[in-house]
Amino acid sequence: MSDDAVRPQGVSPNTSDDPAELLPPLEPVQLLDDDGALHDVSGFPLDLKDADHRELYRYMVLSRRADKQSINLQRQGQLGVYASLLGQEAAQVGSAYALDAQDWAFPSYREMGAALVRGVPPEAILHTFRGTWLGDHDPHEHRFGLLSIPIGTQALHAAGFAMGAKFDGADLVVASYFGDGATSEGDAHEALNFAAVFEAPCVFLVQNNQYAISVPLSQQTKAPTIAHKAVGYGMPGYRCDGNDVLATYAVMRRAVDRARQGEGPALVEAVTYRMEAHTTADDPTRYRSDDELAEWQRRDPIARYQSFLEREGILDAATREEIDAEADALAHRLRENVYDAPHGDPRELFEHVYVHPPGTYAEQRALLDRELTSREGGDA
Amino acid sequence: MSVTMAAALNTALHDAMEMDDGVVVFGEDVGVLGGVFRITDKLQERFGGTRCFDTPLAESGIVGTAIGMAMYGYKPVVEMQFDGFTYPAFEQLVSHLAKMRNRSRGALTTPVVVRIPYGGGIGAVEHHSESPEAYFAHTAGLKVVSPGTPGDAYSLLREAVSQPDPVIFFEPKRRYWSKEEIELPIEREPFGTAVVRRAATSPGDPASAPTATLFAYGPMVRTCLDAATAAEDEGWDLEVVDLRTLVPLDVATIVDSVQRTGRAVVVHEAQVFAGYGAELAARVTESAFYHLEAPVLRVGGFDIPYPPAKLEEYFLPDVDRVLDAVERSFAF
Ligand SMILES: Cc1ncc(C[n+]2csc(CCOP(=O)(O)OP(=O)(O)O)c2C)c(N)n1
Repeated sequence: MSDDAVRPQGVSPNTSDDPAELLPPLEPVQLLDDDGALHDVSGFPLDLKDADHRELYRYMVLSRRADKQSINLQRQGQLGVYASLLGQEAAQVGSAYALDAQDWAFPSYREMGAALVRGVPPEAILHTFRGTWLGDHDPHEHRFGLLSIPIGTQALHAAGFAMGAKFDGADLVVASYFGDGATSEGDAHEALNFAAVFEAPCVFLVQNNQYAISVPLSQQTKAPTIAHKAVGYGMPGYRCDGNDVLATYAVMRRAVDRARQGEGPALVEAVTYRMEAHTTADDPTRYRSDDELAEWQRRDPIARYQSFLEREGILDAATREEIDAEADALAHRLRENVYDAPHGDPRELFEHVYVHPPGTYAEQRALLDRELTSREGGDA
Repeated sequence: MSVTMAAALNTALHDAMEMDDGVVVFGEDVGVLGGVFRITDKLQERFGGTRCFDTPLAESGIVGTAIGMAMYGYKPVVEMQFDGFTYPAFEQLVSHLAKMRNRSRGALTTPVVVRIPYGGGIGAVEHHSESPEAYFAHTAGLKVVSPGTPGDAYSLLREAVSQPDPVIFFEPKRRYWSKEEIELPIEREPFGTAVVRRAATSPGDPASAPTATLFAYGPMVRTCLDAATAAEDEGWDLEVVDLRTLVPLDVATIVDSVQRTGRAVVVHEAQVFAGYGAELAARVTESAFYHLEAPVLRVGGFDIPYPPAKLEEYFLPDVDRVLDAVERSFAF
């Protein structure tokens, strides 16, 4: 397949002068149907070469494998809890792939796939869930914020970071990840509003996975869609099929390009489904049916992309095996690095709270030292 | 030169912005208006709309975006319009501003200064007279400051802006118009340095007047100095220590004073129960027990919601309530 084959024509950027133009169509943008056949309907840019297609596929496979291994590790008592991304691989990988190296992303706790694309070692995510340390990657190195657990709060950090970039005249776009439930939080609202008022280069990617733990979308909002909320802030809202990696990439790319060109923020709703429990501590049989699950199973993001790639001759058996082997190796590496991983030196607990700690720390450090010494003595 | 606290704070912001292009000031009405108390007066005119700007009316948004801007590399100094409107930002302050550095093992610092006009005594309507300092002193990762004089207002704010840690800066709004003869700029003292505002004249001399130390910060510094002057009529010799920074706390100066006077009374506007005075009383007891002639006493507001303006004089500690506590201390 030629590299141009999937690049639609006639893209015109949204303008925010006419509020009606900010409104998303109710039907999400879809480039691949459930069987992996390509539509050419959206008017969204798709500037992907074959190598990019393979990368998208690869990241989705690696995410799914890392996710599975994480659940295993939790079941084996190695992680306190874990929040799975199963079913959301396309939404995360497609959106993160639309970012450039200098861009930033501010995630929630479910963003293993986006983290992988940003080059964050998945071990770091797992150490957070293991409790080895609260955060275990350097945000500056990967331009990926810490996992944020209080819902919606990171959206403000993303908006503020983007405001900083704008004031500084930097070529940088910020992606803010959060869920459908988070759209009800005041902080998400404040973030959308600040980003719009300051025309900050911030793209809000909402993974609408249909539930906030047990609460379905219908009890979260009466808006026609989450993307419709954007118009109230004076920014465009986009809806994409979040199980279609090409649609997610293309729509996100549009939003990111706009932001980069100084046209301000946008909200992207990726319509997807959380195939696993909310976290390993959850029992989803109490609030959703097997039928519903089966229905979404048919739209599996990886299977459908794979059939497209195979049909187009972009992915051959050898490449697939290579990627599978890499995924196995990643799973193995995760196990090696996480299983029974030692926690840090307890003395480090005092290290990072303040640059200049208060005097009371000396006394408490000394107390901890005495307790550690007597423990070591007790062990001997 | 005679300088009000409001002017000293304004000059401190001006000088900090002059020194460092990264310092940005934002909040509600801080731009053209210069803030409802005019603390940011003319900063936008002088430094432009990207260095000093109005935000939408959203306190969590102000603190949350300040955190993001600090991660980017700016030094935000944000204003909460009034003490009682800090609460919408509570989560960003406690869960993120205070913890970001620790959560990232030192990789991310968020050196934001959050200015909060606080305290009563100005006849304000509900939610405009509160003293929420204990919430923040209780939160690890934050520094908490409250100046009692115009000179300190200047130097502590300059120091707050140059701190690498987040600072909650409580401005005693009833003292905004108090004056002091000072020349700005004033040399900065590090955080964690309390000051003896008034020394007891002959502590430790049993033949002379009985002595005690009054500990105060922010609005109560003036009240305690007035109480110490009034106490002269009773033949009492009172020392007044201005804590200046609640976190970090200058334990050495506190203990030194108590060792000399033998008695301690802590004074703040906030309600007494689980207030900052409880921390101070415990510290003094733990560190100077054998020097104490009496238990450490606490003076503050009652354990009730802040009263209506016409009744605030019955709520707020004044010279009489302070001297009453001193008398009880001497009675032990
Ligand atoms: C402020 C806050 N309230 C409640 C919770 C508990 N909680 C954790 S996840 C969650 C649901 C979030 O749903 P959504 O935003 O849709 O994201 P998803 O988990 O589906 O990815 C809740 C209520 C929390 N973490 N933070």
